[in-house]
Amino acid sequence: MIAHADTIPKQRHPLIAFILRWLLTTNHKEIGTLYLCLAFLLFFIGGAMAMVVRLELFQPGLQFTQPDFYNQMVTLHGLIMVFGAVMPAFVGLANWLVPLMIGAPDMALPRLNNFSFWILPFAFILLLSSMFMEGGAPNFGWTFYAPLSTTYGPPSTDYFILGVHLMGVSSVLGAINVMVTILNMRAPGMTLFRMPLFVWTWLITAFLLIMAMPVLAGAVTMMLTDRHFGTSFFEAAGGGDPVLFQHVFWFFGHPEVYIMILPGFGIASQIIPTFARKKLFGYHSMVYATVAIALLSFIVWGHHMFTSGMPLAAELFFMYATMLIAVPTGVKVFNWVATLWRGSITFETPMLFALGFVIMFTIGGFSGLMLALVPADFQYHDTFFVVAHFHYVLYPGAIFGTMAAVYYWLPKWSGRMYDERLGKIHFWTATIAVNLTFFPMHFSGLAGMPRRVVDYSIAFADFNIVSSIGAGLLGLTQILFLYIIVKALTSGEKVTDAQVWEGAEGLEWTLPSPAPLHSFHTPPEIEPDEAHAATDKA
Amino acid sequence: MTRSYRRVSMLFGRFCSIVLVTFGFAQAALAQALDMREGVTEVSQRVQSLHHLSLGVCIVVGIVVFGAMFYTMYSHRRSRHPTPAKFHESTPVEIIWTIIPTLILVGMAIPATITLIDIEDNSDPDLTVLVTASQWKWHYQYVEADIGFFSNLSTPQDAINNLVDKDENYILEVDNPLVIPTNQKVRFLMTSGDVIHSWWVPDFAVKQDAIPGFINEAWTRVDVPGIYRGQCTELCGMNHAYMPVVVEVLPEEEFLTWIEDQRVAAALAGEQAIADRSRTWTMEELMPIGEEVYIAQCATCHLPDGVGQGIRYPALAGSEIVNGPVEAHIERVLNGVVDTEMQAWAPQLSDRDIAAVITYERNSFGNDTGDIVQPLAVFESR
Repeated sequence: MIAHADTIPKQRHPLIAFILRWLLTTNHKEIGTLYLCLAFLLFFIGGAMAMVVRLELFQPGLQFTQPDFYNQMVTLHGLIMVFGAVMPAFVGLANWLVPLMIGAPDMALPRLNNFSFWILPFAFILLLSSMFMEGGAPNFGWTFYAPLSTTYGPPSTDYFILGVHLMGVSSVLGAINVMVTILNMRAPGMTLFRMPLFVWTWLITAFLLIMAMPVLAGAVTMMLTDRHFGTSFFEAAGGGDPVLFQHVFWFFGHPEVYIMILPGFGIASQIIPTFARKKLFGYHSMVYATVAIALLSFIVWGHHMFTSGMPLAAELFFMYATMLIAVPTGVKVFNWVATLWRGSITFETPMLFALGFVIMFTIGGFSGLMLALVPADFQYHDTFFVVAHFHYVLYPGAIFGTMAAVYYWLPKWSGRMYDERLGKIHFWTATIAVNLTFFPMHFSGLAGMPRRVVDYSIAFADFNIVSSIGAGLLGLTQILFLYIIVKALTSGEKVTDAQVWEGAEGLEWTLPSPAPLHSFHTPPEIEPDEAHAATDKA
Repeated sequence: MTRSYRRVSMLFGRFCSIVLVTFGFAQAALAQALDMREGVTEVSQRVQSLHHLSLGVCIVVGIVVFGAMFYTMYSHRRSRHPTPAKFHESTPVEIIWTIIPTLILVGMAIPATITLIDIEDNSDPDLTVLVTASQWKWHYQYVEADIGFFSNLSTPQDAINNLVDKDENYILEVDNPLVIPTNQKVRFLMTSGDVIHSWWVPDFAVKQDAIPGFINEAWTRVDVPGIYRGQCTELCGMNHAYMPVVVEVLPEEEFLTWIEDQRVAAALAGEQAIADRSRTWTMEELMPIGEEVYIAQCATCHLPDGVGQGIRYPALAGSEIVNGPVEAHIERVLNGVVDTEMQAWAPQLSDRDIAAVITYERNSFGNDTGDIVQPLAVFESR
């Protein structure tokens, strides 16, 4: 803060000075905060859309929305949660934590960092403005399958396309920045195999982003030319191929799924050892498992398309490849359990969220394994079973992961402690609500309820009532979360100890709390670590 | 091999039911409602076994993993276990928990592969039905018998809008179900006229995307006569939820009679069409027919009172086409608008129905042209 005051003339109106400071900041901590605030705002907007969806599905029949508006809500909910809530939240955490964890003074490319953040608000203004346009917002699902999104898309689809392009540019620039920072800015002695797991998972995520996002850009560009410039990439009548769209989309889409979970793995791997007061079990195999998951993510996209008329050989290939993912994912879960084993465990809020993450993510992993079996997938595909599956991996994975991280590092960021009692209430209500919302969806899906429907047979009514009540409760817990954060920041107990958590390890805990705006001007000393001695020699 | 798997998976299935019941769903009948449908074909039953197998494996693994987790969270919490252990690495353990899951996966992949190979065997059908999807209805063409018809949602709009009670087949009922015989291998060829749809009957375990420009294959062989219901499962626009699939399975002899009846009905409809267009209809005759057709076919987009829904589903009240020259109105209804939800109605409706609905539109919702459109005029515009 002090360093920046020099660059801004003193006579400016305080409001203008405030705006300029945040608009022009190149500080990784401030940009991290911006990312996290934007993600939180969009999380509420995307959540409000989910509330509309669950309200309509509370009972069969049309009550609150018309079908077209319902489809817009489903579409925007997905797009905003994926691109607006989860991804920016993870980039925000990377901004805050990666330099602190590797002993770097800042991100490698600070101006690029500023640019990649400030693209995002405009991208989401473009996307959200489509709601107020004639013909309504995009209504074809976040997967925007052609030709529903091309030939039959509403006029606002072009705004969606440009919005996605901007989000993609932002993500790729952010990923380049993280990658360059990790590969070039580590303090002397911080070898790759000494990096905290969160840094490792983000390094791998950055590779996934750089490989996957341009493919998405290609898909929306082809959509744009199909819509306006007479091409027929996805238009059967012009010699194109609607299934090509699905291949291109899921070639992006599957790595994207792991982009939304790998940093969560990293967070759990930081938090669980701290509160078990025991080193992470199998550090190396955790790294290798993450790399394996990332590599596999590029050869499993076809499992989203088993009903699209794939030849038998391709179905078998994608089934086996998908099942294989269970192996490295299982290794990660087993390692977390082994980390807990014979530790000395306490259950502060971050730990609760991390443990909730492990348990519920595993449930989502189980249904993922079930979905991999092609004959059974014919029954599960595009039903609420799938909705249950991916919400079980994404909510406890990405959202609980992010919340665990916020509780864990907030004292370091702000120098203030959150209210432990309220944090625990937040965890337990959120856990109950998540299960109440998403568990019955397994059953409605198995009973035959397709996804993305505005109305359903009365046979599915009971499950939907439970889901809707759970969703309402889940919505309320977010307001509690907001209150806990605001209360901590304004009147939370001051933290003076650098360590904060007694069992915490890592360079960020060597800095004072709150972390000063500029840290690690001179690289920190990395103590030789017996555990890694063997690797260091090699 | 598959058989012993099936026995194991059935045991697992029973075990799952017990677990689910103890989770608070206290009624045994409800436990069945929590399962994947067994269905009425050999394939659907094998798929259900596969579901039980994978669910059972997941439950057992879950009990082991979560059991270990809860045990350690209880016994190794700080108050009971104040000094943490120091171990943090073990290559043998890592190898063991890589290999065991791999073996379990192989055990699941084998029955899945066997079942899949059988499902994908589309050869030697006894009967072939071409299924063509469009927004938001199915068309069934019996390739050998050369008969075909559209299958539309028959649930009244009032039930959807909660004005009347919903019955047990709410939004899972159609005017003309697909009819197939028992004990015959029926092959479905799926395609679409507009966007991607997906044809699903849970009780057959058949789900196949209908994609414009492609023809996909699937098949079933049903042993039990009855009526089986499913839905479109690929988001296909506004009325995706209102695109049911209903299949009526008849014993073979009854099916043959049904085919014959359809042929006779088609011939009669041809004669009726000739009769319809050879006489002059009055406003009083056409208006009720027109209203009925409008509510069944047009009202989902243009709404029952003709006010439309924004630019994609324009209002008919005060519309230029509806209040303009009759010829242009007939042309629009017959041929639709390419690449929009406004489809060509020429193949779907009779001359009389089109004449009636156009007459209805031109004299309702505040439109007052006084025009009476004759079936002959529609016939000549085709």
